[in-house]
Amino acid sequence: MAELQIRMRGTRKGLAVALEEGDWQELLRELDTRLDQASTFFRGGQVHLATGERKIDQAELQQFMDVLGKYEIKLASLRTASQSTAEVAQALGVRLALPEAPSDPTGGRGPVEDLSEGLLLHRTLRSGQLLQHPGHVVVIGDVNPGAEIIAGGDVIVWGRVRGTIHAGALGDNEAIVCALELRPTQLRIGSHIATSPPESGILSRRSDAKKGIQPEVAFVQDELIVAEPWSTR
Amino acid sequence: MAGKVITITSGKGGVGKTTVTANLAVTLAALGRRVTAIDTDIGLRNLDIIMGMESRIIYDIVDVAEGKCHLLQALIRDKRLPHLHLLPASQTSDKTAVSPEDMIAICNELRADNDFVLIDCPAGIDRGFQNAVASADEIIIVTTPEVSAVRSADRVIGLIEMNGKGPSKLVINRIKPAMVKRGDMLDTFDVIEFLAIDLLGVVPEDESVIVAANKGIPLAYEQTALASRAFHNIARRLTGETVPFLSIFEEPDTLWSRLRRALGSH
Repeated sequence: MAELQIRMRGTRKGLAVALEEGDWQELLRELDTRLDQASTFFRGGQVHLATGERKIDQAELQQFMDVLGKYEIKLASLRTASQSTAEVAQALGVRLALPEAPSDPTGGRGPVEDLSEGLLLHRTLRSGQLLQHPGHVVVIGDVNPGAEIIAGGDVIVWGRVRGTIHAGALGDNEAIVCALELRPTQLRIGSHIATSPPESGILSRRSDAKKGIQPEVAFVQDELIVAEPWSTR
Repeated sequence: MAGKVITITSGKGGVGKTTVTANLAVTLAALGRRVTAIDTDIGLRNLDIIMGMESRIIYDIVDVAEGKCHLLQALIRDKRLPHLHLLPASQTSDKTAVSPEDMIAICNELRADNDFVLIDCPAGIDRGFQNAVASADEIIIVTTPEVSAVRSADRVIGLIEMNGKGPSKLVINRIKPAMVKRGDMLDTFDVIEFLAIDLLGVVPEDESVIVAANKGIPLAYEQTALASRAFHNIARRLTGETVPFLSIFEEPDTLWSRLRRALGSH
């Protein structure tokens, strides 16, 4: 994959976006593509943008907001080290975030695994229930058919998975899904989709449901989602 | 002591909510409890037919909610069991004619004079369902051993949990022992394992339920049919008794071996 020019990570407050140097139009195209991949995930959310030293003019910032608006996302705040960019933001009514903390000199950029926050859910997700979280998700309980988890990071279920799981929903194909019993209706990791064989997923017959059940971990390998038994090595 | 309001619901239609409501109402009344059954399926009422009270409806729940009559005027007393009453639904209005607040007010009034108020919930999860669960102290989920019904039950249990009601209890209706034995039907254990709520009872499929419904005399008036024994047991459990489950559905050793397997021993 080409070098990403946009860094995204989920936080409790919303999506944090940090821009690299580079052609503005190219950045916008990349943003559009990445939001499009997970449009339902972001819809109605808000973005906290960090632009570092970069000078952005009013038209450019407006274009950025237009792309977000396409997905019903609001630009909640802007963090910049450039005075002119700050003035542009104020002119467009965008709230300015506090200057970067000294311990965070890269402008909030960083890999997902260092920064995303986890969510622990201690109950069973039933049909019709949707859990969305920008970071990792851990469920102690079952994920029943008709229930859905969409997570920016990994999904770990200490129980049975029979519903739909989308891990790495912010475009992270490295995300994993593990469960004590992994029989999802549909499994997505990043931009990949897999469905279970028809026999499994929904209230499968006891005979094969009880036979050889073991914890499994699913991940993307060679552009395909594979699940393999979780064995103690 | 104030009475208990119990809502009988399922999500999916046709699984036997109304039959369960009618038979539990009759059985509880036969056990000497004061019972009022409420039909909240406004526009598609049924409970009055099953209970044989259709011809005696003068006022209904919509009239009560709109203040056209007093609650006591709308109640129909059962001819055999003097402690059993029905508050019928209207056939001409729709679900919006009654609000959850109306239901709470009606149930609070009924609590004072009843040991049990049983609410027959309409199918679906919209306004009618919201009305029916608004005032519930306890909730009974009815399902049949079919994937679609169990899935609906799961959805409804989730909604009830979200409302802060519950925990719900489960009645599995219309189980066919022969099909379960052949492995062609989900058995009790499959359903409980999936829904993960307490089992209140299992009612076998019984043709006499249909015959009784057509006559407008709930089966539970007579204790002969297998299904009516099941309803009787459920009613006694509702009164707080501990009643063993009917063992006719599965051979005991099979059930135990399944339980053992579930517990992880060999």
